[in-house]
Amino acid sequence: MAQLIDAIVYAIPYLMSGLGMTLLVSLIVVVLSLVAGVVLGVGLIYGPLSLRWLIRLLTDSIRGIPILVLIFAVYYGLPPLGLNLSSFWAAVLALTLFKTAQVIEYTRGAVSSIPRGQMEAAKSIGLIFGQRLRYVIFPQATRRFLPPWVNGVTDAVKGSALVSLLGVVDLMQAINQVIGRTYEPMPLYLLGAVMYFAINYSLSSLSRVLERRYAYIKE
Amino acid sequence: MGYQLSFNQIWRNFDKLTNGVILSLELAVIAILIGALIGLALAVIYVSSGRVVRAIISSYVEFIRNVPLLLLVYLAFYGLPTVVNLAYDASTSFIATLSLYAGAYLVEVFRSGLEAVPKGLLDAGKAMGLTPWQRLLYVRLPTMTRITLPALSNTFISLFKDTSIASVIAVPELTWGAQWINNRTFRIVEVYAVTTVMYLVTGYAILFGLRLLERRFRVER
Repeated sequence: MAQLIDAIVYAIPYLMSGLGMTLLVSLIVVVLSLVAGVVLGVGLIYGPLSLRWLIRLLTDSIRGIPILVLIFAVYYGLPPLGLNLSSFWAAVLALTLFKTAQVIEYTRGAVSSIPRGQMEAAKSIGLIFGQRLRYVIFPQATRRFLPPWVNGVTDAVKGSALVSLLGVVDLMQAINQVIGRTYEPMPLYLLGAVMYFAINYSLSSLSRVLERRYAYIKE
Repeated sequence: MGYQLSFNQIWRNFDKLTNGVILSLELAVIAILIGALIGLALAVIYVSSGRVVRAIISSYVEFIRNVPLLLLVYLAFYGLPTVVNLAYDASTSFIATLSLYAGAYLVEVFRSGLEAVPKGLLDAGKAMGLTPWQRLLYVRLPTMTRITLPALSNTFISLFKDTSIASVIAVPELTWGAQWINNRTFRIVEVYAVTTVMYLVTGYAILFGLRLLERRFRVER
């Protein structure tokens, strides 16, 4: 038992710095995918037909590929084509592609749930397209966008564990490294699971709170 | 200096990929079958039990859903055998993990499916003199199955993609096949291009088939 506690005490600093990397990767992915996803999501609804088809093709392809394959394809596949990315940025790029496809869907769902009359009313009082989005559509769509989006952040955190396979020392990789030294796999995997759980459970609980908070919105 | 595409090496080792797809599909099918049993049993227990049992089922669901699958795979394959006297090969370990993983997602699917069965149907069953067990078997479950069919197909597709994670414990599925070819031939771009297309084509072919099935059994509402 004392040995076990020693192993855990020894592991904590490594796991904490790994956790920092996990959070950093997740944060960058979440921010980039939010921007790209909302822009492309709006394009998917209001864009010309050719653009809509292109975005559809992009999201449906990304959603059909396992994240792990996406990560390997970006990391190993881009350098021969002349684009050298470090393992960190390759992982971030791959996860961002995956998350962007998700955010596009959330955006499409949220915006298309706003009754058509809102857009027409905004048009009739003379707002230009950007204003219509900014003052009429987005404030209403945000309430529908937020709960699934917050819940989807857990997918970024969970997906970020795959960056360990490229050698990025995130929480997952830190756990494996410590196990390599202490040969105590079970307590460390459980400890890691608890850490992931703490982050993701907070996010999914927040999502449920938001959902309840905005439940008053009915058609 | 350009990179010359050459697919020869890929076609020469193509059996690694075709066998890989087949194994991926097998893993996903077994996992969804076992997962559906777990999910269904727990969902039925959930809707008909008190607070304590519900809390236990919820904690299983929440634990699995909030921890990366990769960690669960490592935990089951490298972690578990050190504390319990258990020896299993990588495939068995992965199937067990993926089934428990699928089960956690399917509990939610079946639970909301059971709750979506119209109350009138159950009352009608009661009026006909069916026992509670018969009402579950002949009224609630068949109706629930039709309601949950779309969610089941989505879960299956998602499990098919998740089988790629089995490559980290050297289960020879599609992603592992890709790595195998890559390690020997270094035709990196080609092998991932082919693998990606194989995942996409297989995934969408299955999805198309399942959607036809869903249309056949759709519940008119």
